[in-house]
Amino acid sequence: MERDRKADIQILDGNHAAALGAKLSRVQVIAAYPITPQSPVTERLSEFVEGGTLNAEYVAVESEHSALAVCTSASIVGARTFTATSSHGLAYMHEMLHWAAGTRLPVVLACVNRAIGAPWNVLNDQQDSISQRDTGWIQIYARNNQEILDSVIQAYKIAEAVYIPVMVCYDGYILSHTEMPVDVPSQNNVDRFLPPYKPHTTLEPSNPKNYNLVTLANPRVNAEGVLCHGYMELRYLLQEALQNSRETITMVGREFGELFGRSYASMFWEDRMKDADIVIVAMGSLALEATVAADVLRKEGHKAGVLGLRVFRPFPKGDLVKALEKSRLIVVLDKNISYGSEGATCSEIKSALYGSSVNAGIRNFIVGLGGRDVKARELADAVNKSLASLKEGVLNNEYPEWICYI
Amino acid sequence: MGTRDCRHICGESSPGIGEGGRTGEWRSSLPVIDQKKCLPVRQNKPACFQCWLYCPDAVISKTVPIQINLEYCKGCGICAQVCPAQAIAMVNEEDFHSELGSK
Repeated sequence: MERDRKADIQILDGNHAAALGAKLSRVQVIAAYPITPQSPVTERLSEFVEGGTLNAEYVAVESEHSALAVCTSASIVGARTFTATSSHGLAYMHEMLHWAAGTRLPVVLACVNRAIGAPWNVLNDQQDSISQRDTGWIQIYARNNQEILDSVIQAYKIAEAVYIPVMVCYDGYILSHTEMPVDVPSQNNVDRFLPPYKPHTTLEPSNPKNYNLVTLANPRVNAEGVLCHGYMELRYLLQEALQNSRETITMVGREFGELFGRSYASMFWEDRMKDADIVIVAMGSLALEATVAADVLRKEGHKAGVLGLRVFRPFPKGDLVKALEKSRLIVVLDKNISYGSEGATCSEIKSALYGSSVNAGIRNFIVGLGGRDVKARELADAVNKSLASLKEGVLNNEYPEWICYI
Repeated sequence: MGTRDCRHICGESSPGIGEGGRTGEWRSSLPVIDQKKCLPVRQNKPACFQCWLYCPDAVISKTVPIQINLEYCKGCGICAQVCPAQAIAMVNEEDFHSELGSK
């Protein structure tokens, strides 16, 4: 395919990039409820619709639960749908997240990561989307505004190929309200990349269907005498689809690269990993901060590298084991915590490494909750501290350490 | 698992009569029509049909006289409530059958 030569560089904040991604994807139904820091996404999209530059139905709703209810309903009848939210709004959508995934609807949701109360806080961490990790959605985390725009467009191609909804997550304020140059692809090329949606569900009065009736646990013969899946079989198919979606995600990412010059052929990105024996793992914009910490560590003579997780669900276990093969210390940074246990990314990495040949020390640091500034120097100190305790023979700690004043 | 003749990836089905079995068996009381009071019968023309309109299980026919399919009527009693002529009475299922038996 020919590279996109008509692309133009615009200075955009993350919310504008997300809205443009949805517009370029030619979404047909948008339903969203404003919440800080996501509001500018909805405002921008309603302006596109009102101004006639986007031919879509913008449905004003009274809550996030209704927003996703509108999107799932519109998706069932074959529309390409988009919604966006943050924090408490995502929590309020929780039930409908399950409905969208359970019905295998390719809804795309932009989650502008924000801390969850109590106490009230409008700033960034990733507790909101991590709390929704078990709803059956694919989760992609963007590290900059370019990735937000690119990920929204790819999200539709992925979701509509595997029939799984996709959540594109990006850090509130750090990305949502920070302007940076974004290469905006042309509508023509996005159209070439993203064909119209072919639904697996139908609304056809001459061929009426029921969706999501009470489905018993065991398979049962339907009115036409066909043995149909029970609840458990349908849930198995969702897990199977997520397990297999890795291939689609990387294939779509590669195809995107061929057309637009920015490849997303991996579930994570790597910085100075070739010779690294100390690896910092993080998600979203935090991983970029970690690269600055790696600069500091390199200057101090350490072979430090960074692994930035892009896709959290499905979790790329196999790929990660390969990437971490040479490491002797893995420092996992989490802007979330599973209270009583540890950061979600750290649990995933430990689980991925079980039974592998990797025998690295693993340290988990909880950082940046509620918008607490994460400084590269603090991260470098955390790595040095971990190295010291590793020398004493401690491979793993039961609980994470926190970078805060307690 | 032997269920793969189903190609659905979500809970999809086509509407069919009696997918839940003969739901008339769930009934504890049944609607009994007094045809002499029923408006379509009295006027000898299609009229009223409030019972047909409101029946949530679509077991009442839009005919003169109306007919109720008792194989699927669950006995909810909405038809008796909405009938403007009070032509439908809800009768306890057991009493109805014991009366029939005694006759």
